[in-house]
Amino acid sequence: MNANPWFQVALFLAVLFALAWPLSRWIDGVLEGRLATRWRWMDVTERGLLRLVGSGANEDMPWWRYAGAVVAFNVVGLVAVYVMQRVQGWLPLDPAQLGAVSPDSSFNTAVSFVTNTNWQGYAGESTMSHLTQMLALAVQNFLSAATGIVVAIVLIRGLARGGTRTLGNAWRDLLRTTLWILLPLSFVFALILVSQGVPQDFAGHVTVHTLQGAQQNVPLGPVASQEAIKLLGTNGGGFFNANSAHPFENPNGLTNFLEMLAILLIPGALVFTFGRMVGDRRQGVAVLAAMGILFLALYAAGVHWQAQPNPMLAHLGLTGPSMEGIETRFGTVASMLFAAVTTAASCGAVDAMHDSLMPLAGGMPMLMMQLGEVVFGGVGSGLYGMLVFAILAVFITGLMIGRTPEYLGKKIGVFEMKMTAIVILAVPILVLVGSALAVLVPAGRAGMLNPGAHGFSEVLYAFTSAANNNGSAFAGLSANVPFYNVMLAVAMWFGRFLIIVPVLALAGSLAAKPRLAVSSGSMPTHNLLFVVLLVGTVLLVGALNYVPALALGPIAEHLTLFGAH
Amino acid sequence: MYSLIRPALTLFVLLSAITGIIYPLATFAIAQVGFPAQANGSIVTRGGQPVGSRLIGQASDAPGLFQGRPSATSPTPYDGMASGGDNLGPSNPVLAAAVAQRAARLRAANPEASGAVPVELVLASASGLDPDISPRAALWQAPRVARVRGLPLAQVRGLVARHTQPPVLGLLGEPRVNVLALNLALDDARPGVEDNPRR
Repeated sequence: MNANPWFQVALFLAVLFALAWPLSRWIDGVLEGRLATRWRWMDVTERGLLRLVGSGANEDMPWWRYAGAVVAFNVVGLVAVYVMQRVQGWLPLDPAQLGAVSPDSSFNTAVSFVTNTNWQGYAGESTMSHLTQMLALAVQNFLSAATGIVVAIVLIRGLARGGTRTLGNAWRDLLRTTLWILLPLSFVFALILVSQGVPQDFAGHVTVHTLQGAQQNVPLGPVASQEAIKLLGTNGGGFFNANSAHPFENPNGLTNFLEMLAILLIPGALVFTFGRMVGDRRQGVAVLAAMGILFLALYAAGVHWQAQPNPMLAHLGLTGPSMEGIETRFGTVASMLFAAVTTAASCGAVDAMHDSLMPLAGGMPMLMMQLGEVVFGGVGSGLYGMLVFAILAVFITGLMIGRTPEYLGKKIGVFEMKMTAIVILAVPILVLVGSALAVLVPAGRAGMLNPGAHGFSEVLYAFTSAANNNGSAFAGLSANVPFYNVMLAVAMWFGRFLIIVPVLALAGSLAAKPRLAVSSGSMPTHNLLFVVLLVGTVLLVGALNYVPALALGPIAEHLTLFGAH
Repeated sequence: MYSLIRPALTLFVLLSAITGIIYPLATFAIAQVGFPAQANGSIVTRGGQPVGSRLIGQASDAPGLFQGRPSATSPTPYDGMASGGDNLGPSNPVLAAAVAQRAARLRAANPEASGAVPVELVLASASGLDPDISPRAALWQAPRVARVRGLPLAQVRGLVARHTQPPVLGLLGEPRVNVLALNLALDDARPGVEDNPRR
């Protein structure tokens, strides 16, 4: 293995931060309207389109109206994606004549793509027509990402503004994010991917005659355009069943590196944008440092455990680490970096089959998600999740030293803590109750592929992934059945909107408060002490919620595997 | 409510048209002009006939061909329309049994191979369509291929070396050998004649 794991991750983070910094300025300029003021063409386009939309572009919305707009926009998307799958057989661009998708699978997939989860019970190449892929699924890749970004921006506005009830215009924010941030990045990235071998055409497949004289169908489609936004929007839903392990989604080591960058680019940039918008860049750097520490620790654990040869195969006289479910062109180190990146962000694209990773190496992505998708996290959702943890951290320290907790000059009161509690507890409840129900009923147990503790891990991973809106899987689980399609859809929907609505309420309440000047009595939130507190808070909440469940899954499997051999 | 639903609908339709129709078509247009081979599946032809895609692995278990990774696609290995891994967990006895069987079959087919069996020849890939194997896995099979083809071992090993791709920029990914490209080169090789790189 040529790849030194520390060199790989250092190079990756260096390039990531170098790209995220300029992008953070761009995001700030787009969403706060400075670029539209500077460039007339941008302003004219925005105004023209908003006139079509029929909303007063200058309506400044209070939090509840903003939340209503976001939810209405997403419900429209939900209906559209559902209907599109049901009628795809009558629409054009279905060269393989795949026909309608089943009602429960369509429902699951519609919720999945609207909530930025991209959990896939189906196999893309044998289920979705080209039109469904590009006009339903890829569209939601844009729109769900835009939703996450605007919610994060609104929370930042709540912190940055003072003494106001309004937080911005949802339609204008969604339009600006999609047109000026997601679209140009995706377009450039899609063309880079094509140059490396990712297909972009509308044929069904090419039939070839192999060297052994067999027939093979090589699948095609508008892959590159969907692949680009799949990663940039931390969506993660593959055009093909094998996702980013498929050579047509991820042809070589370079694309693998760029895809990882694409996943964390916007989440990383948004943290810098946060520092910029609250007028103190050190605040952003502190949050980013906390994310970086958690990321490196879990990545190192994953690489370490995957490098162990499987003891159950030791007697066979093989050489090399466990390559089961890993592609030759990536090897174990790059695959573990990808696993860490995709679960740190709530992306869920995979370039290796997580189900076949060594027990604790597969436990790493699971724990990464269980921390609440705040280690960079999904576009937008990672930042608003982490800011809620920051509020919890100042609250806990406030209790310790007997002062009213404050974050960025905003006093944290009872209402803020109620919203924080909902945000932090909703997802663990969905994960743990969902997993418990699934292993209690025959329909849930029937889906497990692997026996013993690993079977439980498959179920725990599924609910963790769904409720945290990640979308990766221990894919041995047969999840395309009514039981899992419905249960996981519920977990995805509430894991998304039971967070978004309280976060917007929090933003509204914060915006109404005056921003107090920093006094000698306020606890600084930009220094090392705060970084340690924030990391500690995230780990503590994650550990308290999930250690018992993890002990029954990956930890039990590890101990049996290495203890028995 | 109406004041939210109407803008939600129109904005949705508008952005769907831009991101769901204009964007993929614009990408398609530029890709077809700028990178036609890649955009259409990197198809490899021989004598005008398509024999495979450079990026999609194919079954090659005849004794005279280099063999790729085990493929878990269903119903048959290397089914291009059904990508995926076998998702067997590390502690699953089914995995151990399958690997033991593959290792035994490989040893029987490669009596002259020296050293341990390279893992990726017995462990299934993630996509089921992995087009590559490691240089070590190719060299391990070289004695068998040389014998069946009647080629000098040194020549076959030279072909493997010539088809070994280093990591991108020496940094990203792993060294690998494209099995289809190697097998095509093998078909052209004549004993003692240096490889003619006509592709």
